[in-house]
Amino acid sequence: MSSEARATARSSRTAPALDAVGHALRRYAIFVILAALIIVFDLAEPAFLRVNNLFSVLQSVAVVALLGVGVTVTLAVDGFDLSVGSIAAFTLMMSSYAMVVLQFSAAATVALALATGATIGLVNGLLIVGLRIPDLLATLGMMFLLAGLQLIPSAGRSITTGLILSDGSVAQGAFDPAFLAIGRYRLWDVAPLPVAIVAAVAAVFWFFMERTRWGRVFYAVGGNEVAAFLAGAPVKRYRVAAYVISGALAALGGVFVAARVGRGDVFAGSSLLLDSVAASLIGFAVLDRRHANVLGTVTGAVFVGIVLNGLTMLNVPYYTQDFVKGAVLVGALSLTFGIGRGRR
Amino acid sequence: MRTLRTPETTSAPAPALAFRALSKRFGATQALEDVDLAIGSGEVVALMGANGAGKSTLAKIASGVIAPDRGAIAVDGQEIRPSSPQDAQRAGVVVVHQSTDQLGVAGLTVAENLLLDRLCGGAFAAVVSRRRLRDQAQVVAAAIGLDVALEEDFAVLGPAQRQLVAIARAVAAKARALLFDEPTASLSSAESQRLFEVIDRLRARGVAILYISHRLSDLRRVADRIVILRNGRRVAEQSGPFDFAAAVQAMIGRALTDAEPTAGLGETSDAALSLRSVRLTSAARPFDLDIRAGEVVAVTGALGAGKSRLLRALFGLAPLAGGEIALDGAPWRPSGPADAIVRGVFMAGEDRWRSSLLPPATPGGDIAGLIALPHRKTWFPWGLVDDRRETHAAERVIRALAIRCRGPRDAIDRLSGGNQQKVVIGRWRSAPCRVLLLDEPFQGVDVGTRRDIVDALRADRRHGVTVIATSDVEEAIEVADIVVVMSDHTVVGAHDLRRRGRTSLIAEIAALEAARNSNAQETAA
Repeated sequence: MSSEARATARSSRTAPALDAVGHALRRYAIFVILAALIIVFDLAEPAFLRVNNLFSVLQSVAVVALLGVGVTVTLAVDGFDLSVGSIAAFTLMMSSYAMVVLQFSAAATVALALATGATIGLVNGLLIVGLRIPDLLATLGMMFLLAGLQLIPSAGRSITTGLILSDGSVAQGAFDPAFLAIGRYRLWDVAPLPVAIVAAVAAVFWFFMERTRWGRVFYAVGGNEVAAFLAGAPVKRYRVAAYVISGALAALGGVFVAARVGRGDVFAGSSLLLDSVAASLIGFAVLDRRHANVLGTVTGAVFVGIVLNGLTMLNVPYYTQDFVKGAVLVGALSLTFGIGRGRR
Repeated sequence: MRTLRTPETTSAPAPALAFRALSKRFGATQALEDVDLAIGSGEVVALMGANGAGKSTLAKIASGVIAPDRGAIAVDGQEIRPSSPQDAQRAGVVVVHQSTDQLGVAGLTVAENLLLDRLCGGAFAAVVSRRRLRDQAQVVAAAIGLDVALEEDFAVLGPAQRQLVAIARAVAAKARALLFDEPTASLSSAESQRLFEVIDRLRARGVAILYISHRLSDLRRVADRIVILRNGRRVAEQSGPFDFAAAVQAMIGRALTDAEPTAGLGETSDAALSLRSVRLTSAARPFDLDIRAGEVVAVTGALGAGKSRLLRALFGLAPLAGGEIALDGAPWRPSGPADAIVRGVFMAGEDRWRSSLLPPATPGGDIAGLIALPHRKTWFPWGLVDDRRETHAAERVIRALAIRCRGPRDAIDRLSGGNQQKVVIGRWRSAPCRVLLLDEPFQGVDVGTRRDIVDALRADRRHGVTVIATSDVEEAIEVADIVVVMSDHTVVGAHDLRRRGRTSLIAEIAALEAARNSNAQETAA
């Protein structure tokens, strides 16, 4: 007997109501756990549920969520972008350099950053589609290349106002206050601007991926490239577009970090890659979707943020953070791939 | 071992492989019903049957993949109850599968594959010397005259060589009976000849062979006897000289009627699709072909004859090496699938999971989403996916083709193979179509579903031209108005079934294939 037939026989024996409960549990598990955690944290530390604290959680995960959306789009076309962290770090350094050394305005800096991110994404896409380098390898190469390149203009140092250049002179520029406001301004004095922008970007991409025919094609290309091609989709263009989107979103993330930190920190953004990939993968489990999706990715990022924030408030040492993230990821993946899968 | 032979039969030698009153039911389908079949030592019995006749079920029972509901299998008169392919092999029954991935282990060398049963069975010491392995493998290879480099990785072998490796392995394991499941489906004619020579050797060694195929030229070459299954029952048997027309009739279950009432349709109109001195490859001879609106054309021929190539050229996937194609009088040079689809030329490729369907849980991979995918630009001009339009279109397809499912949002992997194929074909019927190209649309589709699909194709044939590529001559004759025979990337014959007998055509095409094969034999020699 095939495993499928066995599974049908088993599920027909169990009460259908129980089956429905199991299905709903799998579907909403992340939300149920999230609610439970919030209650626990609130009981243990009443400050947890204050508006300011919640926004600080969101602020801490906004950039991760943004990069995660980019990763989600590349996962949708069955690709993988390992360079998002490096693109963010690179644009962080480049924005700082543009303002401090080249004396760019805020608008010019942001435009330059986004264009650079998109261009790097285009190069990634061309390496993968044109030269047929496997996606993991191409973006891994790009990751190293950018991580090294970002150090060269400032000779490996962080970029701050008054940077001493290699010829001994002092850089004349400074961070534009308008640029810093991108990272620090709060709407109505509570909601950080990056959080609002990321929410808007995520909403747009959710709509784009879930409700438009272009989103359908992204997923079709990832699901079965040949079938998408034979159905008339310009497969290569979609693949390249996914990396361009991913690159541009990562660059925007870099701008947010630069604007909040206010200096070109060499080490900023080192954990961005793994965190954003983790958010996308946790997202597989949200609503039992079992594929990369924007809502899931954002939920995954917020979930990790809340867990870490709550544990920090409960005085759990900071060095346990990676362990906690890993545990959440493994749990979510078990939920996605393991539990109750035999039924289908 | 105790034999189950009854005293009366001891005088004659027991058949090497015998099936007695085998029955198997899957849900509502009676896959096999009281099938008796005995194959003597050194005998080659060909098993013919349409899709879904029960051939594969029989092979699966013999190899222990599934258990019969009733009946028995006996090897040399001794009853066996194999519970797995390994078990069946120990009892002396080996199946050479159609899908060649299952014939050996990729990543191991040919030598290791030949000795796999001994390696896994613990016949070697913990450390195996390369030389011993090679010496023993050479002995195994020599038994059937296998000339593949022994140190080659199995993964790089072609389907023909894989089959030979599997056969050599079976012979080394002292198999009493070998079952071949459509062995020449993916072989060139020279490779087929090579296989037939090996089968002759096996015959001389006294191995019983069950040869499952409906390729008439194969059967003419290797079979001592033909047994025909239809709907799970044994309906006919022939021993040479064979009457293939009668065999095909028994297989399909009805006399092939001549001249469908649709004759005359479009006969007077100009060609909708016309090919002039078309050369598919630079080495191929040029050919002309005219197809009128409303006609269903089946293109048939062996693997590698250029059937798919012709379809791909019409769909804009492969450039022509020469010649002109005109569609409704205007030159037809599509730049690719997108261009072809926009202009009403549709293609459903071979192997639906590779060419048409999306993996489970992919957004837009349900019935409605799949149907909408190629039509997305006209159906959703503003980009927004219109759920209602999509589900309405899917509901129409489900009704028209009698697709068994719970609704338009059903996941495709929940449907049976035949119903999946209906979705694939239905998707192209939901938009105005000038040319519908179908590459092997009846692969893995049972007879009933095939009839549903054919009826649907015939029902709205006025919309345009339908071109079906199939390597199965009987299928071609069943579905088409015109059967076009291809060989070496060119058209070697076109037969209008509305004007002449279908039965005579079967003999003619069989003769053509036989001639082609003997040519191949000469070139090989």
